[in-house]
Amino acid sequence: MALTLTDDENMLVESARGLFARAAPVAALRALRDGGSTLHYDLNSHSVFAENGFVAPHVAEVDGGLGMGAAAAGLIAEQAGRTLATVPLLSVAIAATLVAQAGSQTQKARLLPMFIDGSLVAATALEESIRHDPARLETQAEQSGADWTLTGEKRAVIDGVGAGLYLISALAGGVPALFIVTPDARGLDVQALDPIDSRNLARLRLAGTPAERLGDGDTSAALAAALDLGRALLAAELLGIADAAFEQTVAYLKERVQFGKRIGSFQALQHRAARLYARLDIARGVVLKALRAIDEGSDEASQYASLSKSYMTRLARDVLVEAVQMHGGIGVTDDIDIGLFFKRARAAGELLGDDHFHTERLARERFGL
Amino acid sequence: METALKLDNDSDFRAEVRAWLDANCPSGARNVLQTSESSFWGGRRPVYPSADQKLWFERMAARGWTVPDWPEQYGGGGLSKQQTNILQQEMRRIAAASPLQSLGIWMLGPALMKFGTEEQKLRHLPDIARGRIRWAQGYSEPNAGSDLASIQTRGEDMGDHFLVNGSKIWTTNGDKCDMIFALVRTEPEAPKHLGISFLLIDMDDPDVTTKPIRLIAGDSPFTQTFFDNVKVPMANVIGERGRGWDVTKYLLGHERQMIGSALSNTAPETVSDIALRLLGKDGLAREPGLRQAVAIHEIENWAIGVAVERMQDQGKARTLSPHTPSVMKLLGTENNYRRTELVMALGGEDYLDQASHAAHGWLHAPSNCIAGGSNEIQLNILAKRALELPED
Repeated sequence: MALTLTDDENMLVESARGLFARAAPVAALRALRDGGSTLHYDLNSHSVFAENGFVAPHVAEVDGGLGMGAAAAGLIAEQAGRTLATVPLLSVAIAATLVAQAGSQTQKARLLPMFIDGSLVAATALEESIRHDPARLETQAEQSGADWTLTGEKRAVIDGVGAGLYLISALAGGVPALFIVTPDARGLDVQALDPIDSRNLARLRLAGTPAERLGDGDTSAALAAALDLGRALLAAELLGIADAAFEQTVAYLKERVQFGKRIGSFQALQHRAARLYARLDIARGVVLKALRAIDEGSDEASQYASLSKSYMTRLARDVLVEAVQMHGGIGVTDDIDIGLFFKRARAAGELLGDDHFHTERLARERFGL
Repeated sequence: METALKLDNDSDFRAEVRAWLDANCPSGARNVLQTSESSFWGGRRPVYPSADQKLWFERMAARGWTVPDWPEQYGGGGLSKQQTNILQQEMRRIAAASPLQSLGIWMLGPALMKFGTEEQKLRHLPDIARGRIRWAQGYSEPNAGSDLASIQTRGEDMGDHFLVNGSKIWTTNGDKCDMIFALVRTEPEAPKHLGISFLLIDMDDPDVTTKPIRLIAGDSPFTQTFFDNVKVPMANVIGERGRGWDVTKYLLGHERQMIGSALSNTAPETVSDIALRLLGKDGLAREPGLRQAVAIHEIENWAIGVAVERMQDQGKARTLSPHTPSVMKLLGTENNYRRTELVMALGGEDYLDQASHAAHGWLHAPSNCIAGGSNEIQLNILAKRALELPED
């Protein structure tokens, strides 16, 4: 499919932009942060997004979803990035992919409708390392009869605090498998983290925790698909974050006066801003390409997801440090929003692999280095 | 002359094109590594790289397929955008050489279509399509590089003609060209941008002379071109008198997009391929910094390749941003320079050889960052037009 937006996609972007501005503006993030919310997101606004079809819109129609594809989910994620919207869209999208691809018919029928209507937030626990490393899996699944129990530790669980359900990877007889764990399960300990971006992030400890196996076959394809989607959605979110912060910065360059001139008239700053504009323009194509590749079932979809995550992680970091610098002193205060974008860009960049991780992955798997 | 194929059905058209190409593209016009020397550039004194390429050019020109999407009355093939795409795809499929390379096709033709009178179009476009005239372009001057609008070459109004005096620099293959389209100051009283006209000048005039410019790579693909009392008919002004800047801005957009995007995918071997061929995986493992640099370059190069794909899609959908040429020029040429630098590093002592292809490529790469409006000019353009940052 062409790397241009269809009319439907343009309409989706417009409506998403309006909805995020109304239902999840940056002010809402501040209120949640300062109000001591443990969830760090607002379930009411999550319902509003679900009513508008924004939660896991990529789930296929045959599975009861809207079948709008990864592209729609990505365009929504990009708009969410623009207002730093704190809604559990990413975690539910990842969980929905896992259930849709690895779950049994019964599990799909039970869970997917609740994901899509916003009544169930599921957190997926894959990570066990300090840095993203999907190859590392030590959590053990023990079987006795039809019952499974899990033992191990998980890190960087997105929206893991207060989740209605957990999807957890573990080794079953030495083979990676996925399991469903309920929040009240015995031996499950959820430790809330306090991350820089004021989001919901947790570590899990599992000690003989009862679990239900997700499907019964090989889950490696489902895991790979969930990682690809999650990476492409994070890249799209990072694009929205970087875009919005860049626009705020350009606006500031046009308004701030020093030496009797607007600072945006200084060529030293103009060239730095113009270079970021150029890189953001390239990034738009890269992000859309990754989403389209997923929807087309391309053999290269996974590599395009890595390309987009690598490219956007580095670019968002570069845009945000320039955004803070060009704002000067006020840029490092909590009074304005730039710092919030700066922090979220860092966190979103780390999740599911930063530029270093994906560069290394592509070096090995695509470039043969 | 054969008439152009006018079939409504794309798959019929593709089949026809395929059969015609199979029958008419000689083997010597296929799988040619396209360099300046191995290409046909047309002109009054044509030099054909091979007999097969001569035949190939003549057959393509007879159908108007040197410029497939130009109207037939101007020497084109009269094909739709879609048919042109099919022809290009089918040519790529058999690795057919471009039958005619030409600044007339890429630059002057589009400007004439937009700004020329009907008489000018009928006079010049068929000559471009048939490769009868080899065109040069004349913008920069020794004292007007980035500050292009300060050109001093002047054309004095003598009633029926302009008397042109001055000099242009960076004329590509100026010694081999027949005519030049040039920016000349014709309205000395007007403000700097408004006093310039876009003139067509015959280089066979004995009062037009050229002098080669030797580059750091050792070759001389450019000349300085001198005009001493050259008479240029009034009819040779393209667009309005004094509004040559508008024509130039339009042309430079074309050129920038071409420079930036043409560089991204023309290399026959990727940097990874070169790294693996020269050093192997083990060699790279011993130099993790170099391996990392190769990987980072590959990612940037890949991203720019995606941007070119997107640009083409936007072109088809008519949603291309006017700022894209500057973006592609800036990032495409920088990426290309880094590529040549990495290749030099990979080749070490071997590539220090003057005669090496790599050294030649590296020594030419900086010129892409300068030509067509230096990259600093592109940043100025983006700052002012895309971001609308203040002048104060």
